[in-house]
Amino acid sequence: MLDSFIPSWAELLRFMPEIILSLVGSLLVMLEPVTGPKSKSMLGHVAIAGLIVALGATFVAHANPGAAFSSMIVVDGFATFFRVIVFTVGILTIFSSYQYLDREGSNRGEYYALILFSVVGQSVMVVANELIMIFIGLEISSIATYVLAGFLRDDKRNNESAIKYFLLGSFATGFLLYGIALIYGATGTTDLGEVRQAVLQSAEPPVLLLSVAAGLMFIGLGFKVSGAPFQMWTPDVYQGAPTPVTAFMSAGPKAAAFAIFLRIFVTVFESVGDRWEPLIWASALASMTIGNFAALQQKNFKRLLAYSSIAHAGYVLVALTARSEIGTASAMFYLAAYALMNMGAFAVIAHVAGKGETTVDVSDFAGLGAKQPVTAALLTIFMLSLIGVPLTGGFFGKFYIFKAALESKLLWLAILGLLNSAVAAYYYLRVLVVMYMEEPSARTENLEPMPMSLQAALWLPAAGVLFLGIFPSAVLEFASASARLLGQ
Amino acid sequence: MNGVPLSWYLVLSAILFSLGVAGFLFRRNIITIFMSIELMLNAVNLTFIAFSYDLRQVNGHIFTFFVMVVAAAEAAVGLAIILTVYKNRGTLNADDVNSLRF
Repeated sequence: MLDSFIPSWAELLRFMPEIILSLVGSLLVMLEPVTGPKSKSMLGHVAIAGLIVALGATFVAHANPGAAFSSMIVVDGFATFFRVIVFTVGILTIFSSYQYLDREGSNRGEYYALILFSVVGQSVMVVANELIMIFIGLEISSIATYVLAGFLRDDKRNNESAIKYFLLGSFATGFLLYGIALIYGATGTTDLGEVRQAVLQSAEPPVLLLSVAAGLMFIGLGFKVSGAPFQMWTPDVYQGAPTPVTAFMSAGPKAAAFAIFLRIFVTVFESVGDRWEPLIWASALASMTIGNFAALQQKNFKRLLAYSSIAHAGYVLVALTARSEIGTASAMFYLAAYALMNMGAFAVIAHVAGKGETTVDVSDFAGLGAKQPVTAALLTIFMLSLIGVPLTGGFFGKFYIFKAALESKLLWLAILGLLNSAVAAYYYLRVLVVMYMEEPSARTENLEPMPMSLQAALWLPAAGVLFLGIFPSAVLEFASASARLLGQ
Repeated sequence: MNGVPLSWYLVLSAILFSLGVAGFLFRRNIITIFMSIELMLNAVNLTFIAFSYDLRQVNGHIFTFFVMVVAAAEAAVGLAIILTVYKNRGTLNADDVNSLRF
């Protein structure tokens, strides 16, 4: 009897990435007070090393797929795919943070520990096979991110960003949790596999209760992925937070939230799919339209990308509306490409922002093409990928999503989505025009050279975006195989 | 608890949850907004306990412990954030914490 409570070696192996990151994160907190003020970046190096080891452990775990801890978690292709995304996002965030934190005089060890803890939470979310695990992972991730959003304590914009993120995030959690409670009541279990079985096998599934639960979870997750009509917090929070943290929030927690969105709605709620499909259809269209048209009027680059992230959440919701294997696979592919291109774009902003983030308007980027041609060229790659130009990851992401929508007979949604992409091209191209065609601004005239760490935060995602754009099939095949297993 | 049907508990928790949502949407003091969120979480706890009792399972009781632990962690972080806001601005009115552009 007692034996069943002691985890086996194989189970520990499947959970090893999270164990490693939790230990490294705790180690950083203990090292922080004994590290001199000049050598805090060392702690960042330790964090990156921990993330790389965790990435290795992810592949070891993937070689031994299966459930662990009484099927509280499950390691499958889907989990591995998203684990790789969130760990990569963590590494890129730390690379783009060194210079930023030094410039603001806030290079402290707890920053790196908080990044690791947040990544652990996201990793738990994507491997969770149980509603309570999903809730705990979500909260580990969110609570660490609330602190990160307000990391510069004396900055008013940071405070405002943190309080808004905290209040709306907790509000959303309440809805998600109520949904979980109703699922528990309707089926008597919170294990995703058992819930699915209970719904499929019962002669009269409690459709009303499940529909209400699906609606409540949709509200909770809609907030987390900033899909309309729950997007109103996004611009303020993204604009006010420190730029590397904004990059992190727009990629990591969002990808993990979409992962649980996919896992829950594709497995548990599949049988009541006809009821929630119109809801997500409307949300996808509203997100794309609101995001793109509001982004047209933005002068602040961070705010522009915040609205663009709402629009991109809309594209992923189109893939969810398709309710098919290829829909799931295209959503996974898109989230990988989006994480890379957004991390890269925000890294350039973190470089140009200057002390106190005084120069983050699009006009401050004028003349970047003449002053720092390499930086400008890399930003161009990210902008073209965000538009969806061929040879970039963004192109194939959009292509597969709209293909999935057409195969599921969502003709109107696909047409309106494509029109939206055309609108979006305008504001991304405007950045390029300002950067190459206009006289250098006061900021770009005196731009300091880019440090090595920040170069890594630019070259790695640029290489990733181009890889996804030129050889998409390898990643897409992996995503399709995982999506096929997910529905079973 | 004998004699009180399950639906009464569910209706009560739905009312409490709605009061929490209403408080979140209509109150302007940040501390009150935060308290409304706690009310929502406790309404969910009541739902869990009621279902757990009705199903004769212990799971639901355990979930409420997790929810309480998370709510405590959230309160610690949330109150710290609220404190920094008060220190920097001298106000806790949600309408005044609005310097970012719309």
